[in-house]
Amino acid sequence: MSNNRTVDTLSSENAHSLARGLGWFSIGLGLAEVLAPRALTRGLGMQGSEQLLQAYGLREIATGIGILSSEQAAPWIWGRLAGDALDIATLSTGLKEDNPKRENVGIALAAVAGVTALDLVCGVSLARNTSPYPHRPAIDYRSRVGFPKPPEQMRGAARDFEIPPDMRTPEALRPFAIGRPPHVMPATTR
Amino acid sequence: MKALCWHSAKDIRCDEIPDPRIEHPRDAIIKVTSCAICGSDLHLYDGYMPGMENGDVMGHEFMGEVVEVGPDSRHALKVGDRVVVPFTIICGECDQCQRGNFSVCERSNRNKEVADKMFGHATAGLFGYTHLTGGYAGGQAEYVRVPYADKTHIKIPRNGLSDEQVLFLGDIFPTGWQAAVQCEIEPTETVAIWGCGPVGQMAIRSAILLGAKKVIAIDNVPERLEMARAGGAITINFEEESVVERLNDLTDSKGPEKCIDAVGMEAHAGSSLDAVYDKVKQSVMLQTDRPHVIREMMYVCRPAGTLSIPGVYGGILDKIPFGAAMNKGLTIRMGQTHVNRWTDDLLRRIEEGQIDPSFVVTHRVSLEDGPGMYKTFRDKEDGCVKVVLRP
Repeated sequence: MSNNRTVDTLSSENAHSLARGLGWFSIGLGLAEVLAPRALTRGLGMQGSEQLLQAYGLREIATGIGILSSEQAAPWIWGRLAGDALDIATLSTGLKEDNPKRENVGIALAAVAGVTALDLVCGVSLARNTSPYPHRPAIDYRSRVGFPKPPEQMRGAARDFEIPPDMRTPEALRPFAIGRPPHVMPATTR
Repeated sequence: MKALCWHSAKDIRCDEIPDPRIEHPRDAIIKVTSCAICGSDLHLYDGYMPGMENGDVMGHEFMGEVVEVGPDSRHALKVGDRVVVPFTIICGECDQCQRGNFSVCERSNRNKEVADKMFGHATAGLFGYTHLTGGYAGGQAEYVRVPYADKTHIKIPRNGLSDEQVLFLGDIFPTGWQAAVQCEIEPTETVAIWGCGPVGQMAIRSAILLGAKKVIAIDNVPERLEMARAGGAITINFEEESVVERLNDLTDSKGPEKCIDAVGMEAHAGSSLDAVYDKVKQSVMLQTDRPHVIREMMYVCRPAGTLSIPGVYGGILDKIPFGAAMNKGLTIRMGQTHVNRWTDDLLRRIEEGQIDPSFVVTHRVSLEDGPGMYKTFRDKEDGCVKVVLRP
């Protein structure tokens, strides 16, 4: 760990790979929460929270898609961290003495804590590796003309080029496509 | 020899691999003097094109000196010849080659059966571009084996032209040129070009040379837009203004007659609804390509206009407004470039000083620095528009 950082950071490539992994994890967990809420709440001794769990599942799926589809995954990872906090708060209510499955809740909390740590490392790494997008030309390309004279003087310089027959507009469509003057159009099309 | 090898998505390395050797009487071996990273290499780098295998040598834009010639190519090439190699491998004898449709050569794709299944009928073999197009080793290397070498080359006279002035005859210059030619530009017409990467820059200059009244270039990278303006284009930054509204403003509300897609399958279209839709579907592997540009072109193009598509697409495209295209009577022309069909004429134009394609080069590095430049180019960092590698 570096001396002046509180969270160890990853390289840009590794941070993006981790983000993609977390994105897929989000979608997988979300699908499980949406499709099997009863089994999950039963396992945690938190029956009655099925709808809440399904809502969390939708949140996970949305976040996962956001991470995978966005060019800037960092905000979505921060969103996951906020979700982790919500998950921890919700799971903590299952630690009551009268919950016979509170051991399972403890395991789930440990798992969430582990994923939260990954989210934190990923979020911080992405933030530190993000290069500011150049909003102004960083390098002057005004001289990159490519022509010996200004473009206005080169306009049409290659008019000697003959379009090959197979790339020309079919003769029957030329009046329509090229805008041939009406007097040369077939009478039936006037 | 050293070569840039693909190992997996976003993992390209400069490896030490065996030198190529003559495998067929029509082969030649080229010592590469200059090669480039092409925008379509980024589809491989990002892992969007199927058919790559661990260790494949990258690169399809390269030139160099002939160092060995197979017996059946000696009538056309000799040791010491200076050549640019087109990215499409051509036999020169099949029905399609005879018609000048070199990018769909019927014989050069040695994985024809796989390609037939993928596309219905196989297309030409390509250098360094997936096993669907033959799995041939590419030119980002010190040496390359060139199959059908008696036809697959563009001979360059030693008359003072630098590598960078002629290197792009192998791909981006004829690609931009063909994109403009397919538009059959009339002097009264407006050509809109999506994408100001290397192919877009060449298409802009080709459209100017072919006499377009107005060329409009669309992108969101400031320095690329500036390079487009330098070449004579009016520019639209799609992050700052509506492309459709601005194109209509610039064409008396009629839309451009000719539209060129120099973007392809990885469109970055900001926060438009269809762009977000594409990203989501592509991210969860429900879609191969992000065809925002095709949708926008079909919508904004003037009725009876032409869409020209040099941008590379790989698979199945979703939500294409084909009703607009059909009812407006649009002509759609597309395909990989028939490189050798244009290169004699384009080499003459370079020799005569009508155009100098080296304007597009922004970065020059050694082969060893190539892997890092893939990322720089992909992320458009450091003003990167075109990278030339010197093995």
